Amino acid sequence: MQHDIIYDVLIVGGGNAGLCAALTAREAGASVLVVEAAPKHSRGGNSRHVRNLRCMHDAPEGVLLDSYSFSEYWEDLQQVTGGNTNEELARLTLQESGECFRWMMKQGVRFQPALSGTLQLSRTNAFFLGGGKAMLNSYYHKAERIGIDIEYDTAVTELTIEDGKFHSAMVSHQRQTIQIKAKALVVAAGGYQANIEWLRESWGDAADNFIIRGTPYDDGKILKMLMNTGAKTVGDPAQCHAIAVDARSPKFDGGIVTRVDCVSLGIVVNRDAVRFYDEGEDFWPKRYAIWGRLIAQQPGQIAYSIIDSKSEGLYLPPLTAPVTATSISELATKLNLDPIVLEKTIVAYNVAVKAGDFNHTVLDNCQTQDLTPAKSHWARRLDTPPFFAYPLRPGITFTYLGVTVNNKARMIMQNGEPADNIYAAGEIMAGNILGKGYLAGIGMTIGTTFGRIAGKEAAHSVIG
Amino acid sequence: MSLDNQSPEEVLSEGERVMNICNACRYCEGFCAVFPAMEKRLQFGSGDIRYLANLCHDCNECYYACQYAPPHEFQINVPKALSAVRQQSYKVYGWPGIMVSINANPIYTLIMSVIVIPLLFLLAGVLTKGMGGLTTAYGDEQGAFYQLVSHSMMAWGFGMVGIFIIIAMIVGWFKFRNDTDPPDKLMWPDVKQAMLDAITLRYLGSDGDGCTYPDERHSTLRRSFHHFTFYGFMLCFAATSVATLYHYLFGWIAPYPFLSLPVILGTLGGIGLIIGPIGLLYLKRVRDVEPTEPVQTKMDITLLVLLLTISVTGLLLLFLRETAAMGIILLVHLGLVMGLFLTMPYGKFVHGLYRFGALIRFAKEERES
Repeated sequence: MQHDIIYDVLIVGGGNAGLCAALTAREAGASVLVVEAAPKHSRGGNSRHVRNLRCMHDAPEGVLLDSYSFSEYWEDLQQVTGGNTNEELARLTLQESGECFRWMMKQGVRFQPALSGTLQLSRTNAFFLGGGKAMLNSYYHKAERIGIDIEYDTAVTELTIEDGKFHSAMVSHQRQTIQIKAKALVVAAGGYQANIEWLRESWGDAADNFIIRGTPYDDGKILKMLMNTGAKTVGDPAQCHAIAVDARSPKFDGGIVTRVDCVSLGIVVNRDAVRFYDEGEDFWPKRYAIWGRLIAQQPGQIAYSIIDSKSEGLYLPPLTAPVTATSISELATKLNLDPIVLEKTIVAYNVAVKAGDFNHTVLDNCQTQDLTPAKSHWARRLDTPPFFAYPLRPGITFTYLGVTVNNKARMIMQNGEPADNIYAAGEIMAGNILGKGYLAGIGMTIGTTFGRIAGKEAAHSVIG
Repeated sequence: MSLDNQSPEEVLSEGERVMNICNACRYCEGFCAVFPAMEKRLQFGSGDIRYLANLCHDCNECYYACQYAPPHEFQINVPKALSAVRQQSYKVYGWPGIMVSINANPIYTLIMSVIVIPLLFLLAGVLTKGMGGLTTAYGDEQGAFYQLVSHSMMAWGFGMVGIFIIIAMIVGWFKFRNDTDPPDKLMWPDVKQAMLDAITLRYLGSDGDGCTYPDERHSTLRRSFHHFTFYGFMLCFAATSVATLYHYLFGWIAPYPFLSLPVILGTLGGIGLIIGPIGLLYLKRVRDVEPTEPVQTKMDITLLVLLLTISVTGLLLLFLRETAAMGIILLVHLGLVMGLFLTMPYGKFVHGLYRFGALIRFAKEERES
């Protein structure tokens, strides 16, 4: 690692946003160093786990079918955020999204048509062939080809920032602490969802039972450093995006396979063996994101999705085989639930189920009557053994708290002035656009848009 | 872990474990036929796993793209797991059992086919013709080759062995067909699709990018070298077929002139079978070790060395056939061909057979889905 030279641009974080910034800055002529906290095999932060990019297009383009207009995209964003978005930055992101798609292809990223299980997104989202890690590989190969310096296993331990001006960074690299000087800094180091201590500030002991779906390297240390040097924050620190995942998943980095897709087909009970929410409120892809929070609010942050053999084959195969039993009481025993209460819950549910035409591909008319909470769709009696159960826990995808930026990706200080030479991109600033909720693939759009802007602006500020 | 310390059951259950996790992820579904075929199943029996293993072209795309590749605790390594299953499936489908056992270790197969059998041929030559007879220079017009080994002996010897390996491979084919599905009729559209996929090597990146082999960067080298090898082999096969017709139909006796059809076909094929195997051996040497299954590699090397030595001796024979070196080269060449014949149904060669069968099944499943 060369530490006697002064780089034009130092980029902290080697995920999608960081690499977009690095490639853009390098192509503008700047000398670039990327420091990535993870070792090479785990490089790329949460981008390793992503799958697609949401982009507007007025006509079919490549793998993107039909059209997805700016106004439709805008409405989708308004709906999920409830208006909790910086309009200027959101418009910029959406407008740039089509160009992001084309630019990615120019960098060597390959796309594929949407296939099984993701068809509902084939119009709005472009899927990376092989997923996020393959996308990152393409970026890294390009980065190496055009002479970007990359250091893995290199975590920033200190940022020297005075009055919004970045001077140098201390990094730990092969058990040494090294000072790195650069004329501009791009922070693309993700959120803090892997920092359980920090999550405890908002969630208390419940945070200990959260599963972190993505990288263990998103510890929020960079975000904290920026906050401590006067950066203006954005986003609610008490909020995070969490879905229901299999409780038997790894603590970190389980990614996509930890999802459980059968919730809407059966019932969900908590540790007390009672139901607590309408499992059939809407299609699962529209509801999975509220279930993380729902389970986080249950005692012990655990719940159990229970189905019977009628639902076999109707949902995407899960990572881990379900807990299986030939009777409800046996199932309860295996799950450590009170058998009497669980039987009572299921009898009450079964009695409340009205006859209907079951069809899990539409919002059907199978619902419960006089049951609280109700099940509005896909309600069928749990009466055909074997019975199956999946234990569920909240699985955190990302946090919303970040640093404020302007339309040049420049970080804003608490006094409202832009920082002199500090830029931010990706999850660390996504809260500017996504104040609440989530829209599949928009994290990639924000990261790519602001990564490219940050790289371009940082390079131009240094070399004119 | 490598095959050396895994039981057949462990190899299968590792294949099943990996496919179950892949089926919950599906990020790789755009890469090749393995993943769409996997997605059509919710459970994987041994026949399913062997079918998927034989669909796998070992291109490594899914390994480098995998968020769960080692050192992730899921330890997902599809190319390695499926190579292990595939390698064992050759034993499951191989026939007869005694020949499968003899060929159980690819290193012994290599020694037997490249060294022992050619030496035995030389020994037989010395014993029947003496050192003098073996090192005599014959002219082309004398039917030089048959001065040393009579045509009937060559035809009978290789003919009988040829019939045996054809039967062995037909038995293997049916064992494969019956393993993965209830027997069904071969349909021409499926066979046609499979042939197209096979002759273009579609799943080694025929879209132009190639595959991630020998490392994580895309390269068309493997596909090109495989084409040299495959088409080289087919040209040599055509050369032998044409020569057989010449002999029996027209009574034209070998050696044939340099510009005759069999010699032109054989020369071009021989050149392909030198460039291809050398290229593939080189790629194996520099290949990343993580997605590689060592026993599979030994098996690959055995076939490549055999093909390479056959083509080198074949071309030497062409250029030195009027010299005193002809006898020794001819016997070594024939010995190597015999070594190839005897080990064909039990080694890497059958990957073509079962992969073709798997591609037919895949074409059928796609057509019916």
